[in-house]
Amino acid sequence: METLSEIQAKGGPKKLSLIAFSGDFDKLTAVFTLATGAAAVGYEVNIFFTFWGLDAIKRKEGRAFLGKSPMQKLFGFLMGGLRCTPTSRFNLFGLGPRLFRWLMRKNQVATLEELVEAAKALGVHLYACEMAMHVLGLQADDFVHEVEDVLGVATFLRLSEGGQTLFV
Amino acid sequence: MKHQLDITQEHCPMTFVRTKLKLAQMAKGDTLEVLLSEGEPLNNVPRSASEQGFKVLAVEHVEGKTHRVLIEK
Repeated sequence: METLSEIQAKGGPKKLSLIAFSGDFDKLTAVFTLATGAAAVGYEVNIFFTFWGLDAIKRKEGRAFLGKSPMQKLFGFLMGGLRCTPTSRFNLFGLGPRLFRWLMRKNQVATLEELVEAAKALGVHLYACEMAMHVLGLQADDFVHEVEDVLGVATFLRLSEGGQTLFV
Repeated sequence: MKHQLDITQEHCPMTFVRTKLKLAQMAKGDTLEVLLSEGEPLNNVPRSASEQGFKVLAVEHVEGKTHRVLIEK
């Protein structure tokens, strides 16, 4: 795994950093569409997952009692992982994401899961927010192994320096 | 060695993603023939390949909206 200093050293003029705050299916789709598109045309891409966005990088994609305290475990269960993400509109008690996935496949557009796998294959740098992890009682082991590090704001700002940053 | 990739049925961002991942698997000196549609893929796949240091050997019209791009790694 590359060290942070190596990542900073190789940073060129084309860099995109995304703050994935939302855990909504459609917004995460936007995050990973931008990330994979940018990485495929030669950008260095960083994604900083915080709060609800952490759902996208959990190892357990379904519902699981992750966390330390009973309250955190309950939150972990209610939030779920990538397969449980709701749509920001027309969620329809969980039917929304299923309809969107069906529409995406029908129209030959990459699904969220395909985009996530593509981001990993393209070497998009994935980071988890230390503070949000502390609040939710999550540990580094709860995330997919492609998550390179657990960061605070100051480190993320240094990583994103010199490029474009988007908050989703 | 010559490789082929058909992204005429793909949409953004997978047009770029599939091209980039294919090029990453190839050895230096190999060529990749990409079949793509006009518009965004035709405008940007050759340009981004060139920007990333790959050599675009040819861009040809095949038929209808389909074009062929030949890239050397």
